[in-house]
Amino acid sequence: MSDQSQPRVIPLRPGNVSDGEFEFAKPKPVRRRAKRPAWLPKRWYAHLVLIIACVLVGAPLLYAMLVSTQTNAQVATFTLAPGTSFNEHLNQVMVNRYLGEFMWNSVLLSVAITVGKTILSLTSGLAFVYFRFPGKWIIFGFVLATLMMPTEILIIGLFRFVSGTLDWGGTFQGLVAPFLASATGTFLFRQHFANLPAELSEAAQMDGANPLQFLFRVLIPMSWNTIGALAVIQFIYSWNMYLWPQLIMQGGDFQVVQVGLRSLLAVDTTIAYGPLMLGAVIASIPPVIVFILLQKQFMSGFQITTDK
Amino acid sequence: MIPFELVPWLSAAIPAVLGALVLGVLSAPRVRLIAAAIGALAGGLGGLLLTAPLGFCMFEPERSDIDPWLGVALIALGAGLLIWVGSLLMRVIGGQTDWRTAVMGAETPGLFRRARFTPWVLLTPTLVVLALFLYYPAFDNLRLSTLLARLGTDRTAFVCLDNFAKLFDPRQNYGQTVYATFFIAFFTVVIGLALGLFIAYMAYQPVKGGSIYRTLLVWPYAISPVAAGIIFNIMFNESAGIMNHLIRLGGGTPVQWLQDASIAPWTIIIASVWKSLGFNILFYIAGLQNVPDDLQEAANIDGANAWQRFYYIVLPLLGPITFFLIVTNITYAFFDTYGTIDFLTRGGPAGATSTMIYRLVDNGLNQRDLGLAATQSLVLFAIVILITVVQFRTNGRRVSYGA
Repeated sequence: MSDQSQPRVIPLRPGNVSDGEFEFAKPKPVRRRAKRPAWLPKRWYAHLVLIIACVLVGAPLLYAMLVSTQTNAQVATFTLAPGTSFNEHLNQVMVNRYLGEFMWNSVLLSVAITVGKTILSLTSGLAFVYFRFPGKWIIFGFVLATLMMPTEILIIGLFRFVSGTLDWGGTFQGLVAPFLASATGTFLFRQHFANLPAELSEAAQMDGANPLQFLFRVLIPMSWNTIGALAVIQFIYSWNMYLWPQLIMQGGDFQVVQVGLRSLLAVDTTIAYGPLMLGAVIASIPPVIVFILLQKQFMSGFQITTDK
Repeated sequence: MIPFELVPWLSAAIPAVLGALVLGVLSAPRVRLIAAAIGALAGGLGGLLLTAPLGFCMFEPERSDIDPWLGVALIALGAGLLIWVGSLLMRVIGGQTDWRTAVMGAETPGLFRRARFTPWVLLTPTLVVLALFLYYPAFDNLRLSTLLARLGTDRTAFVCLDNFAKLFDPRQNYGQTVYATFFIAFFTVVIGLALGLFIAYMAYQPVKGGSIYRTLLVWPYAISPVAAGIIFNIMFNESAGIMNHLIRLGGGTPVQWLQDASIAPWTIIIASVWKSLGFNILFYIAGLQNVPDDLQEAANIDGANAWQRFYYIVLPLLGPITFFLIVTNITYAFFDTYGTIDFLTRGGPAGATSTMIYRLVDNGLNQRDLGLAATQSLVLFAIVILITVVQFRTNGRRVSYGA
């Protein structure tokens, strides 16, 4: 499909989809050379830099883990050994400060947004690639323009609309609904579908499949990498949301973990470093695990728009 | 001074003439007359688009000095927008684009032809969500920016462009906010990219355990800005933080990481760089793996040293990725640092780390001045549009890898 005239998809935040001209691949199978070429840096040298980089990148988290087991007194004396209060902190954070409940809420929120966004992006991608209809480019422009409207910018109007006009303040739907549609996701699937051979849909139509059957039987089974890419981006994005839940959930009883961490700042009159750090570490576990597991899909999402 | 009665006529006539000239000159002689007519119409309507709804209030004689200039800017903005739309229309009329394609989309193989309503059924949920939760709030922001409106009360008063004029008022100190935003964004991008490229250059070649290194480097991307704020808050705490402890061990004087107005922005930058570094490394590695070996080998044979090979071969080939990373890092520094700042410095000390988005939320929801906050969001909107336009323009110039 030639789409030279179409605007190209542009990311607006880390995690969105790009059309950078590159391709992610495992290190290329290098031709075995008798001697290592002189233009490559020496190996020990590379290992040294990499180890130092890993330690520097990892240091804040290691320190956070250390502090999360220590009492304030142990933190103040900079003991570089695990402290004694891990269990106490865990109980304080997860039970007394409801972080366990907040975590569960965050799971519900992230799954709802991720699933909803994926479904809506699949259907609108399908509509843009496999149909002609009057006003197609205008509708496409309507969706495209939302790439330039990050929710953060619209926060005042959005808050007034959702909590005022709709009266959804403090509710789950108020938290989730604004994030269900995604220009990024639509373009990701649009690009992916456009790169698939047209014979697929022709053959499916000859066999009498309707568009939805085509979507479920043919497109989705061929799109797991793209779905994974969108899912990992959206899961991390919605898990890490802070501003919106903070605003819309004021007074609601369904708070998410990022906002719940705020309450740890005031455990007592003085800040208790251990519980606060433990909260930060625990809240980071789900997105980090999802990211590490879906690293390949994450990169493949950026690759889709590359080749025509 | 121009009499106020003439203002509506002038704000339609001047852009109309300009629009007719621009589109007339740009189009082929065959359709020049139609183009000029469309340009005149677009320019005229565009000049009125943003000023007429406000009753041309910014040109009223008793208004402050800056208002007429803001009015001129609004005329230019509206006219530019509609003339651009007109130029798209001219592509259809001028025959560069077939009108059926323009209306219906391209005729491509594999289309589902019989289902006429299906695409609308498929698209409706997306369009409804976008219209309700993005377009309507954007429109509401636009309306609010001309009002004196406070959170929690329904009464509003029309204040013309006073909210915009306020941003230029030295007492509001909005300049400091803009400076802090660009300062933090600039150094986050420069340091993050330089460091990311350096580490990626070491890591991209097939070293043993490459994927383990990669995993150990990229995970901070998934850490939330809030968690990063907490971790760095405790690390950089003045008395109990490990950073000052290390400085004391080294014999230095402890630094007021969060309380000193000239240092606090750097603490934000350090936290931001840490969080985005993995992302940068990941993409630079992907880019470096596409730099063809033979180019470097050839340069090596020609006697280029390591630095020359890097500077003249590798760096230019990484252009597109660098550009992509600059954009993503800028947007990250502009918007996603909110949580980090809220837990590190809360915009302080004395507004030194109050970025535009942080200030917007603070003005709108803590100080309850919705009109001023909405105005600030329009400023941010303009910046985002600018970044996007630059992206589209630059996308044409591509650097290709290999043959």
